[in-house]
Amino acid sequence: MTETNNNKEQASTHKIGIYLWIWGLLFVLSFFSYMVDWYQFQGILRWSLILFFMFLKAGLIMAFFMHLFWERYALVNVLLWPMTAIACFIFLMVAEFEYLLFSRLFYFVVGG
Amino acid sequence: MSDPNIQGYELKPGFRGMAKDTGSDQTMFKGVHWGKAMMWIFLLSDTFVFSCFLISYMKGRGSTPEEWPNPSEVFALDAFGVPVPLLLIAIMTFVLITSSGTMAIAVKYGYEKNRKMCGWLVLATAIGGLTFVGMQAFEWSKLIHEGVRPWENPFGAPQFGSFFFMITGFHGTHVSIGVIFLFIYAYKVFAGHYDTGKRGWFTSMKGDYVEIEILGLYWHFVDLVWVFIFAFFYLW
Repeated sequence: MTETNNNKEQASTHKIGIYLWIWGLLFVLSFFSYMVDWYQFQGILRWSLILFFMFLKAGLIMAFFMHLFWERYALVNVLLWPMTAIACFIFLMVAEFEYLLFSRLFYFVVGG
Repeated sequence: MSDPNIQGYELKPGFRGMAKDTGSDQTMFKGVHWGKAMMWIFLLSDTFVFSCFLISYMKGRGSTPEEWPNPSEVFALDAFGVPVPLLLIAIMTFVLITSSGTMAIAVKYGYEKNRKMCGWLVLATAIGGLTFVGMQAFEWSKLIHEGVRPWENPFGAPQFGSFFFMITGFHGTHVSIGVIFLFIYAYKVFAGHYDTGKRGWFTSMKGDYVEIEILGLYWHFVDLVWVFIFAFFYLW
């Protein structure tokens, strides 16, 4: 139990300020993404703003609230690389729904 | 948060450190509690589940020639007689972020072995989560009253209901499970189980404040998923 004092000092590494900052930023970013809907932005502007605020919020939560910023790369990379599989899946399914929508509209017009 | 102090093992930073840790013929995640590593692996698998839901929603919404219901009208709420778009959803988002912030600070106080502050903050997180679930129940009952069903709805494409109930329902289940555990852990913190190292009923591992961080990871993940649901389902 002699080690506990050393561990205690090492473990409490982060000041409370960093969490309050991230917390505040998340509030501000959520407010902005709500404003995207409030002002009824449309088209590319709307989608890019939604994605921008979404990834920023997700990144802040993962990096600081979930401590990934301070973790060793062995853990961080195990967690983040599988996301590329999800990205691939998204691209595949985008191609799929474009084709499905096209064929539906085509056969609704032309008939079976 | 890992502060590995392994005798006879030199820690290197960055990718070089990753290669060395991985090939060290020892535990790969240096200084990471096994429970924390397992929680991360579980969250990774949960990420895939939620991704599949959101991707199927994308495919369903993209491939239908029918008009998709406008979420900012469907989820509008009357405040003083004026319909405000997404009012309830915005409040739910802020409640969930608030509870995420209290959880992050609870983890910090946990590592400082500040029992009282940690306990109160975990309790505050639990109450925030409970508020969120309550508002979600209100939202569901409102939509059900308006005639939204998994197979039809009065606003547009019939697929809307099934995706809505599936995705928000699965997320709400996660929140509810989290709330139950938050209450249990708040009790355990107040009772001093993590100061005395009392073994838990769930894992039988020795009580330690690292459990608060593990619970925190789960809770932040719930918040993280909501960020994506909020963007794709309610705003898009």
